[in-house]
This record gives sequence, C-alpha cells and structure tokens, in this order.
Amino acid sequence: MANHSLAFTALGDPTRQLLLERLAKRPMPVGKLAAGLKVTRPAVSQHLKVLYDAGLVSVRQQGTRRIYQVDPKGIEIMRSYLDRFWDRALAALKAAAETEEDT
Amino acid sequence: MTAVATIEPVRKHVIIEASQERVFQTFTRDIDTWWPRQHHIGTSPLKRAVLEPMAGGRWYSVCEDGSECTTGRVLAWDPPKRVVLAWQITAQWQYDPDLITEVEVTFTAEGPRTTRVDLEHRNLERYGVSAVEFRKSIDASQGWGLILSNFAAAVGCEE
Repeated sequence: MANHSLAFTALGDPTRQLLLERLAKRPMPVGKLAAGLKVTRPAVSQHLKVLYDAGLVSVRQQGTRRIYQVDPKGIEIMRSYLDRFWDRALAALKAAAETEEDT
Repeated sequence: MTAVATIEPVRKHVIIEASQERVFQTFTRDIDTWWPRQHHIGTSPLKRAVLEPMAGGRWYSVCEDGSECTTGRVLAWDPPKRVVLAWQITAQWQYDPDLITEVEVTFTAEGPRTTRVDLEHRNLERYGVSAVEFRKSIDASQGWGLILSNFAAAVGCEE
C-alpha cells in the first residue's frame, strides 16, 4: 500500500522527478534509465528504491532483467473519474437529443 | 503484458431514440444543450460550451465573466458518423497543449429514429506522472465529491 506522505517526499527530489518522467514515457531497466544521466547507476537504483517504496513505480521481471514502470494505479484513479464523467455526459446527451426529436 | 504500459480506454455506449443526423448535431453543434455543468463550483459559472464543427475546430467553454477555456480540439470530422476529439485537460484540471488524449465518438443508425453512440476515451497512459501527482492531491484532499466537482468545473470552465 502506497504511503502518500512518502510519495510526496519522493517527488521532492529533481533526479527522482526526472526518472519518473522517463519511466512515464517508457518502462525500462535500470541500466537504460541511468544512461546519459550525471548520476551513477547505484545512485539510480537507490532513487528507484525510494520511488518504489512510495508506490510511485512498480517493477516486473522480464527474463533476467527487472523492468521499472510508473505505477498505473494513479492513472486508474484518473480513469475512473473519466468513466463516471462520460456516464453522466452521455445520459445528458440522450435526454437532449430525444427532447429535440420530439419537438 | 506488453512492453509499453497502456491503460484500458474508457468505453461507453448509449442507445438514443433519435435519428443519426439529429444525434450527431446534438453532440457537436448543440453540445451546449447537454454538456455537464451541474457540479460546477467556484470561479465564473459556465455560460456556453462550444465545439467548432470542422476538423481542427476548437472545443472550448465560455464563462459568465467572458473568459474562455479550452478543452481540446476536433481531430477528425466525419458527419454524421464519427468525430474524434482531443481532450487536453490534465489531472491538475488545466488545459495542456502538449497533452493529447483522444475521444472517438461513432454514431450508428440502428433505425430511422434509433442511433447507437459509442464513445472511446483513449491514450490515458499519457497522464503518466501527472496522474501520480493527482493521486497525491486526492490523498491530501476532501474526498471524492469535491474532486469530482473540481473536475466537472475544470472541464466546463476554469479561470
């Protein structure tokens, strides 16, 4: 279970924000994530651990590699809002179109 | 599992007792007649929702105080069968020209006065980091009701 105050702290660091932005574009292993950065690979691993503990990234095993990705739960919450929003919107669309048809 | 994390699109459908032409017109030209605004709070009230009826057209709202706020734009225009809209509202309830999530709506005539509307809101994975921030803000906040209100307010109108 994600600890949200942990999440807040975890995002307070610019390197971790950068890592999260990279992962948002594409899931990848540590080596790739560290490429081109001014931080060492062990440092990246350490940052990832903080992000992981905060529930901001998740990890999966692909063969011998561990692939990191943005934890989709945050997006799922966004999705559930949109889901409800469109329910309401389409019900209103139906009412409006059927009313107009009658007149 | 695929290499790229994708989020299942929001998919909805509704059967409407009206002609395909009518339903298409209602959805697009007459969007103001049905666009949700009942949860609107704060800022200036929503006066009018507008969808410019052409490819590339703007999708925006006008507030009582005269300010305008963009929701997105028309990506594909194929009356009376299909319209694709860019929904560019972030998880922080702001218009972001760099964020494009797509809303595809198809209108299928099932009879002279019966139309099926299918709606798909996709590319939700593009919310990425901003959704993580969003989850944080939910945790710090006052619960679902107000968040939903804020969302409806932002979709309808913002400062």
